[in-house]
Amino acid sequence: METAMRPIIRMTDIVKNFGSFRALTDVGLDVGEGEIVVVIGPSGSGKSTLIRCINQLEVHDTGTIEVDGHTVTRGAGLAAVRAEVGMVFQSFNLFPHMTALRNVALAPVRVRGLSWDEANQRARKLLTRVGLESHAEKYPAQLSGGQQQRVGIARALAMEPKILLFDEPTSALDPEMVGEVLDVMLQLARTGVTMVIVTHEMSFARKVADRVVFMDAGRIVEQGPPEQIFDAPRDPRLRSFLNAVLSH
Amino acid sequence: MSVFETFLNWDVFVRVLPLLLSGLWVTFTLGLLAIVLGFAGGLLLALLRLYAPTPFRQITVAFIDVFRAIPILVLLVVTYYALPFLGIRLSPFAAAASSLSLVSAAYSAEIFRAGIQAVARGQFEAAKALSLSPFRTMTDVVLPQAIRVVIPPITSNAINVMKDTALASVVAMPDLLKQATQAQALTANPTPLIGAAVIYLAILLPLVRLVALLEKRMAAGHR
Ligand SMILES: Nc1ncnc2c1ncn2[C@@H]1O[C@H](COP(=O)(O)OP(=O)(O)OP(=O)(O)O)[C@@H](O)[C@H]1O
Ligand SMILES: [Mg+2]
Repeated sequence: METAMRPIIRMTDIVKNFGSFRALTDVGLDVGEGEIVVVIGPSGSGKSTLIRCINQLEVHDTGTIEVDGHTVTRGAGLAAVRAEVGMVFQSFNLFPHMTALRNVALAPVRVRGLSWDEANQRARKLLTRVGLESHAEKYPAQLSGGQQQRVGIARALAMEPKILLFDEPTSALDPEMVGEVLDVMLQLARTGVTMVIVTHEMSFARKVADRVVFMDAGRIVEQGPPEQIFDAPRDPRLRSFLNAVLSH
Repeated sequence: MSVFETFLNWDVFVRVLPLLLSGLWVTFTLGLLAIVLGFAGGLLLALLRLYAPTPFRQITVAFIDVFRAIPILVLLVVTYYALPFLGIRLSPFAAAASSLSLVSAAYSAEIFRAGIQAVARGQFEAAKALSLSPFRTMTDVVLPQAIRVVIPPITSNAINVMKDTALASVVAMPDLLKQATQAQALTANPTPLIGAAVIYLAILLPLVRLVALLEKRMAAGHR
């Protein structure tokens, strides 16, 4: 929609192979500062691989990725990029031996050099923001899936990232807990942070996205504002994908 | 003399007790030192084996294999009796401590490696995504989780080290067993040996029980 945004992520001609299998083929994607991009597509189409390349949890084979002006490569610059990019995982990946508060406070202390006092204080604020102020001292195993994922979001926010990546953040949740996580994400989307979200929640995508990107077989097949993608899909693969997911 | 008087002669026992206790002290310090060094060395070897660049990793694998394969008694005899020909002369204590530590480190390395590999991949990914350094990832995230898995086998390894200290008596190390055999010769009575055996049991039996308990708790803790 706002097309004049300065790109904060620039991916150009990205190729990623797993052995002889090509998971990403010549993918190009620019994401503007503050833009909310939702990535959809069938299972195995490369959505996770795409967003994991942004913070180099997967190392791409060829092509270039720039994040906020830094070229993403192995080695020195990577830490700077990762510190600007927060990630929320499908399986939460909370540290099970730490309280919710500690999960959130850890990286600011270890990476940014904050004192524990300061980091804890800020962690409490973040937990309040995701509605978990009363659960700060609990361990992940004592929290519901939805609560764990909200801790996961608070943990990603603690590094004050300019970019947030979400890889199917609600797919591991019982249906009754999906809403609480999506609510937090909606509220985040209004703060101006850049978000790249992989999700199968189509009504959420329609509500939150500035742009929807449809992937199939390792390529970006079609992209555009949600009204265009959902109401006037052009590519037959997108049409059959939407038929399949919206029919149940 | 009755069998009882022969094997458990109280007078003899009281007479040799100071000797046995000094031997126990040596056994204890030797065992503890080897356990601590083996633990630290094992952790280092495990990290090298998992994360070092290829040539170093291969050297580490070879090192671990060699010290898991060699009988401790052979290693001990070699370090004490053969190294002097190379101009390296170790005291009995140093020879025993280094032999026991090396072997213990090799075994601990495999235990730690399994423990680290048991930590879910998502934990490493979360740490990476948060930009934690490899060192912090280990100390804050991975090792605290690995240690839970590792406690029973590592305790079991510590028991083995304690037991193997007895081998040091062959290099004239005045440990519990050596003192007991000397006392036996001195008194012409087997009571000191029985005494030593009882002391070994008194120390190690509770530890063996502890390992069993830990293992049971680990098994119960798995959901
Ligand atoms: N580590 C890996 N090793 C081998 N193949 C992989 C690996 N990771 C992903 N792949 C393959 O790459 C393809 C793309 O995977 P990716 O996880 O990006 O798909 P996705 O679109 O996120 O799917 P889903 O909706 O199921 O999460 C898949 O075919 C997958 O099997
Ligand atoms: Mg995926």
